[in-house]
Amino acid sequence: MKFLRDLMDKQKPLFEKGGKLEKLYYAFEAGETFLFSPNHTTGIKGAQVKDAIDLKRMMITVVIAMIPCLLFGIYNTGHQHLLATGGTAGLWEDFGDKTLVGLKLVLPLVIVAYAAGGLVEAVFAVIRKHPINEGFLVTGMLIPLVVPATTPLWQVALATVFAVVIAKEVFGGTGMNILNVAMTARAFLYFAYPAQISGDQVWTYLGDKMPVDGFSGATALSVVYNAGVDGTQSAVEALAQHNTALGADLFSFTNLFMGWIPGSVGETSTLMALIGALILIGTGVASWKIIVSGFAGAYVMGFVMNLFAVNEYMALPPEYHWVMGGLAFGVVFMATDPVSASQTETGKWIYGLLIGMLTVIIRVTNPAYPEGIMLAVLFMNVFAPLIDYYVVKANKTRRLQRATV
Amino acid sequence: MSKIVKLKKGFDINLAGKAKQELADFASAQTFAIKPTDFIGLQRPKVLVKEGDTVKAGTPILIDKAMDQVIYVAPVSGEIVEVKRGDRRKLLEIRILADSTITHEQSEKLDLASLDREALVAKLAASGVWPNIIQRPYGIVANPEDTPKSIFVSAFDTHPLAPDYAFTLKGQEQYLQAGFDVLAKLTSGKVHLNVDGAKAVPSIFSAIKGVQLNKFEGPHPAGNVGVQIHHLDPINKGEIAWTVNPQGVAQIGKFALEGVYDAAKVIAVTGSELTKPAYVKTYLGACVSSFVKGNLNSGHVRVISGNVLTGEKIALEGFLGYYHNQITVIPEGDYYEFMGWAKPSTRLSFHRALGLLSFLSPKKEHVLDSNARGEERAFVQTGVFESVTPMDILPVYLLKAIMANDFDEMEELGIYEIIEEDLALCEFVDVSKHPVQELVRKGIELIQYS
Repeated sequence: MKFLRDLMDKQKPLFEKGGKLEKLYYAFEAGETFLFSPNHTTGIKGAQVKDAIDLKRMMITVVIAMIPCLLFGIYNTGHQHLLATGGTAGLWEDFGDKTLVGLKLVLPLVIVAYAAGGLVEAVFAVIRKHPINEGFLVTGMLIPLVVPATTPLWQVALATVFAVVIAKEVFGGTGMNILNVAMTARAFLYFAYPAQISGDQVWTYLGDKMPVDGFSGATALSVVYNAGVDGTQSAVEALAQHNTALGADLFSFTNLFMGWIPGSVGETSTLMALIGALILIGTGVASWKIIVSGFAGAYVMGFVMNLFAVNEYMALPPEYHWVMGGLAFGVVFMATDPVSASQTETGKWIYGLLIGMLTVIIRVTNPAYPEGIMLAVLFMNVFAPLIDYYVVKANKTRRLQRATV
Repeated sequence: MSKIVKLKKGFDINLAGKAKQELADFASAQTFAIKPTDFIGLQRPKVLVKEGDTVKAGTPILIDKAMDQVIYVAPVSGEIVEVKRGDRRKLLEIRILADSTITHEQSEKLDLASLDREALVAKLAASGVWPNIIQRPYGIVANPEDTPKSIFVSAFDTHPLAPDYAFTLKGQEQYLQAGFDVLAKLTSGKVHLNVDGAKAVPSIFSAIKGVQLNKFEGPHPAGNVGVQIHHLDPINKGEIAWTVNPQGVAQIGKFALEGVYDAAKVIAVTGSELTKPAYVKTYLGACVSSFVKGNLNSGHVRVISGNVLTGEKIALEGFLGYYHNQITVIPEGDYYEFMGWAKPSTRLSFHRALGLLSFLSPKKEHVLDSNARGEERAFVQTGVFESVTPMDILPVYLLKAIMANDFDEMEELGIYEIIEEDLALCEFVDVSKHPVQELVRKGIELIQYS
């Protein structure tokens, strides 16, 4: 790698103070530190050695944890496409075709999100003279995973730009933001272009093919919601009988858990989200407290809803809330964002619990939109500082009580 | 009543280059220096000697005009060869070329039974042993006019490669006892002697009378006196406690018994870059080159006075810091590394993120260099500082309060309870590479001088 290093050293003076391209220093620096860890040494006083971790490594760990969801999302996109257009019903039949369809749809989403967000990052870094924020490594992967595969690319680009600017850069960049950046992108799409991100028609890619008879495209959440409105059969029955044309067990509990269902690219599979959770917890990057309490909150609230069940949706067994919609993905990858989440250890329990509970409340009681995790995470992002405030206050009170004066 | 405290939080940094428990016969150091910068809070230093003067061990060479009762004295006898100043005439070093045999200033022995506290304090302050006494909060040289609520001595050091006091103080049993007797007269409260609860208490400490013996168990920073104070008798606003290092206690004891200021001490010469890590007997402020030169594995090294967490980088011909009992030599880390942020690595890490595999071999002795391993960023990761700080303190919030110059918040979050070393591990594990110890000092100075 010596030749690369030599090349870097040769170009470096151009970008340094007084060089021709001085203004682009941080763009150069981003590239340089990506290729080579810098030769900075510790100061004269203080810790003379440092832990081997840095922010880039931490962020890339989160990206790695999302890879199972991404791969599954690519395959499932193709799978749902073939299922809906009368292709083979077997999970692993036409593997190549499904993968190709999925790749064709999902890869552009990833590329557009990274390109649009990366550009914004670079522009801000150059103008504001700060290093490029590694946080974008994660956001750029999260955004394509939480939108339907059919989302127009220009909308993804716009949402990414909006989220990076409004949710992050105006606050000062990674580490300073209040809201989860990827969730902001999704909320932007939901409110700006509802037709492309909600309803029954957006979750399955049909292309130029006709859907099979009886195809509805509804997600499990809307099936359950409708069961609640109709009140003619229980939610679980409605799930079982939905879209029998596509295979009788489309919305069986196992299928919901595995993720062979229509939905946003990366969030259908609870199993993949759990694999991601294992990676995140095992590597110590995300807080297990938030993940555990998030799932617990959803279960508890689902159970409470059962007690007061006035319609079929409220009577849905609580464990179904875990596997439907984006709860698992949201709890594992969105709620655990260390910057926008609660930052105290006690606060994390409360924060996760409330996200789980709110998700179920929104799902069950909100007539307009059957998914709750997005609003729950954003809502709790706003309340996280308040939770922390009280946890910190408790710490201060303990300290004051000890004083004998 | 003595206490047993078990701490779970913290992290032991297991480094290669432990000193063998034997005294090495390195050539003795020729020059010695007192570095006024070692005394945090020394405000207006005044040098009492000129270049060319001859001094004995114990001859006053420096005072702080802001607290002029406390005398700083020469560690060895010899000739003042240089008074080194830096920018704006800031006093950096007073160097002494030592005589081949050290002669001491002789004063009266202390008769503890007949001396009252005031007279005792005056004698100690004038003798040169006083700067061993550190005041908490702030971590500065204690003011002789204060009376502390209690005095704390940590008899074990959990820092990486730290010396074993039971070994370095061998043969000084009677001085230690005398030192503790003196300390007992200085406080209205108790003198706490804190030992490592994980091991058998060395007889040198278990034999001490007149103190409260407490046991602390756990990973670093269990040996930090700040952590111990937090669990035994925390410091609130307006309270003062004093701390003394065991080497300092022995020095005070020797002055009490024999009337001489003796700066001799056994230090640990450690680090992965040394061919022969060992203990060596020398004097405070010694030039380290005679222990390091000719004892090196490689050429490109960083010499640290103190340990790798709280120490100070010094030159190959640099001098041992006043409060340091060890020197550490590690490789210098000024190199680029291709894809260093993504490559799998067995380098030591508290974290386990992608490719950080050091947790697989917990017993391995690591070689750490001085590379910063990344650039400074905003706080992102949470909960890590708390897991290496065994105190009921929220370090991130405290640091943010310091950054925001928020005095009330700093007080309420516990700035009085910490000094740099207590959060040194936070600086080590920090993903965002903040200068945590520098921030802590900034916060302390804001509170102290406002």
